[in-house]
Amino acid sequence: MNKRTIYFDHAATTPVKPEVLAAMLPYFVEHYGNPSSIYGIGRDNREAVNAAREKIAAAIGAKANEIYFTGCGTEADNWAIKGTARAYKDRGRHIITSAIEHHAVLHTCAALEKEGFEVTYIKPDEYGIISPEDVEKAIRPDTVLISIMFANNEIGTVQDIAAIGEIAKAHKIVFHTDAVQAAGALKIDVKEMNIDMMSMSAHKLYGPKGVGALYIRSGVRPDIFLDGGAQERGRRGGTENVAGIVGFAKAMEIAMEGIEEKAAYISTMRDYLIEKIEEKIPYIKLNGHRTQRLPNNVNFSFKFIEGEALLLSLDFKGIAASSGSACTSGSLDPSHVLLAIGLPHEIAHGSLRLTIGEETTMEDIDYVVESLVEIVDRLRKMSPLYEEVIKNKA
Amino acid sequence: MYSEKVMEEFNNPSNVGEIENADAVGEVGNAVCGDIMKIYMKIDDDIITDIKFKTFGCGAAIATSSMATKLVKGKSVFEAMKLTNKEVMDKLGGLPPQKIHCSVLAEEAIAAALTNYFEKTGRELPEELVGKCKGNCEACHRH
Repeated sequence: MNKRTIYFDHAATTPVKPEVLAAMLPYFVEHYGNPSSIYGIGRDNREAVNAAREKIAAAIGAKANEIYFTGCGTEADNWAIKGTARAYKDRGRHIITSAIEHHAVLHTCAALEKEGFEVTYIKPDEYGIISPEDVEKAIRPDTVLISIMFANNEIGTVQDIAAIGEIAKAHKIVFHTDAVQAAGALKIDVKEMNIDMMSMSAHKLYGPKGVGALYIRSGVRPDIFLDGGAQERGRRGGTENVAGIVGFAKAMEIAMEGIEEKAAYISTMRDYLIEKIEEKIPYIKLNGHRTQRLPNNVNFSFKFIEGEALLLSLDFKGIAASSGSACTSGSLDPSHVLLAIGLPHEIAHGSLRLTIGEETTMEDIDYVVESLVEIVDRLRKMSPLYEEVIKNKA
Repeated sequence: MYSEKVMEEFNNPSNVGEIENADAVGEVGNAVCGDIMKIYMKIDDDIITDIKFKTFGCGAAIATSSMATKLVKGKSVFEAMKLTNKEVMDKLGGLPPQKIHCSVLAEEAIAAALTNYFEKTGRELPEELVGKCKGNCEACHRH
């Protein structure tokens, strides 16, 4: 068994870069001050947090006072959606989102439905694309919020966020996007794209877990999410996770260096992986859009076999990946994203997500493809569904 | 989440395959639910002399199929029909709660094949097999 982990699950989380860890370390023992304190070691840390805020803002074309640090991407989504819905509820109680959002958005919307809000879930096309026209058609006089994810975490489809932002602006509706998968991977300009609020998370871009951020455009006033002290301009109380925030900013800064070149390079590896799988394994389906997708995302359904069996077999060969099958989702249904793009249950059960990273090599990709060929063949030989296909062909 | 025994059984399952002109065939589950088990038996004088399976499903589904076939191979059909999911589970060193249904499916797959044997040979169905799963997953709300 291979000792090294071939990590193909960067959409789940990423390793912290050594430079990021190095930037964080002084903020545990040496610079332990509370940024709210008046004395030197407190003030220094306030400056560190502010410098981090500047860096995150610069990365997305925002102003520093529009960046609010949170505990994670999920918190940013909760705050953006619940905060806006509750703040603007006198104007209306209708929210537009999509059927393929992360649970951090979907379950937040479901919680608001219990409070009496109405939610329209826009269905994607077969590639996972949300049509901006469909968003516009769903707008009602009482719509107060549109929340559409920047890029999908499972199938990698990237939305036309600028077009949706323009529609939201024209109708004067607050527009939020969950950019947890996209931030640090794609060039984002919140002003150009008319984004009013945007959720981000550090651990998806080689930063630490436990820190996220919400961009809130000046003038947009969601309700306060955590009542407490004056931190984050009094809108999100709680002593700052200084080391985490510093690490987030460092990771974002590194991610922004040559972001477009890096995205192009990783896309080349992605396309090589897609091409090799398509060349070597029959009865498969690429999920998501072929080109309008995250640079690091590959998602296939392997017909006649089930995803968890695939993951266990890959794990045995030291390969870490994920699947949208029911057996891995912890529920009885396969992933809501795969069902929303129209996959029949049995094909959704056989899905596999491979998300590569900056440290992935072509050798890793060849090893994964080679392993997949063997595993898929072994599992198919055990499958009664495959047996039928072979018999019908004969 | 799985015991070592389950992983071992999943990685090196016994009795995978099919039997041509099998004396009994049983199939349970459906593709929508994400697991199907198909069992083939060669039966001589009421003794299961050979058994093979094909399974579409997760690691536990494959491991329980393998274990169930091992447990009944060489036994008489009357002994085999007493197989319980608990026995399959125990032999595998237990299963996570959300995977217990896989062992139930394995028990039912054996029962479905045995039912097919009694039907094919025109004999009365023993009481133990009456009302056992006929492969209609929807009917039993487990999924």
